[in-house]
Amino acid sequence: MSQDMKEKLEKYRTAPFDARFPNQNQTRNCWQNYLDFHRCQKALTAKGTDVTPCDWYQRVYKSLCPISWVSKWDEQRENGTFPGKI
Amino acid sequence: MAHPSQLGFQDAASPVMEELLHFHDHTLMIVFLISTLVLYIIVAMVSTKLTNKYVLDSQEIEIVWTVLPAVILILIALPSLRILYLMDEINDPHLTIKAMGHQWYWSYEYTDYEDLGFDSYMIPTQDLSPGQFRLLETDHRMVVPMESPIRVLVSAEDVLHSWAVPALGIKMDAVPGRLNQTAFITSRPGVYYGQCSEICGANHSFMPIVVEAVPLEHFENWSSLMLEES
Repeated sequence: MSQDMKEKLEKYRTAPFDARFPNQNQTRNCWQNYLDFHRCQKALTAKGTDVTPCDWYQRVYKSLCPISWVSKWDEQRENGTFPGKI
Repeated sequence: MAHPSQLGFQDAASPVMEELLHFHDHTLMIVFLISTLVLYIIVAMVSTKLTNKYVLDSQEIEIVWTVLPAVILILIALPSLRILYLMDEINDPHLTIKAMGHQWYWSYEYTDYEDLGFDSYMIPTQDLSPGQFRLLETDHRMVVPMESPIRVLVSAEDVLHSWAVPALGIKMDAVPGRLNQTAFITSRPGVYYGQCSEICGANHSFMPIVVEAVPLEHFENWSSLMLEES
């Protein structure tokens, strides 16, 4: 599982087609991956296990989300004003 | 790029634009044929002394001028739908680029590997070098590897803009808070120009788009250079 994940990350080119978001509007795709990364990180850190599986979500949201959106959300998380549930 | 007194589309630089071009030729030919026929009939009717007062109806001609237009419409609709579905095909992009519209410039972000981002301002007319194009050139171009499927995510940081490159057959609205996806693949290397296509304030006409398609090695060299610069 971890080996597959490592290989997937090494061969990463860009965010692949996601059937959950097949249309023109990719806003939700970016948002969902950002949330999933931070939720994954929070959950796996709480369990004390390796957080490498979460890296996939980070690669995807970094590919899709505008840098300004990511900085804004990171700041909101630090301030406790982030609108999403992590 | 566009040139003075141009009548048709710019040369296609992507397969989709080629299809659109050929479809347009096909449809326009139909339009010219119908217009010529109608114009001929008008001239013929107006320039004759003959009159016919005794035709009241005719089943045959009514059938012809109902069925024929329906057939013509089908001949237009089938290629049109073919291209529509072709544009909607699921593609597997090699690279994702974000094009963010600002007042009044575009910024491009290449964040698949490193965080590369840069602004692309129009070169003012007084700063142009000989041979450069007025109101079209930018200080930094959006460089892409040629013959590779590219995903472009278009958005805006302030007001509505629109990212358009006619040679690639692309126009995508830049809406603040929304990420609009489009994709293209360049059939050949080259430099392709476009202009902002949604009114966005005083300098709406002065925020052009330049896409430069180059071989992969050149793209890799360029992106390393850009990363070092920033």
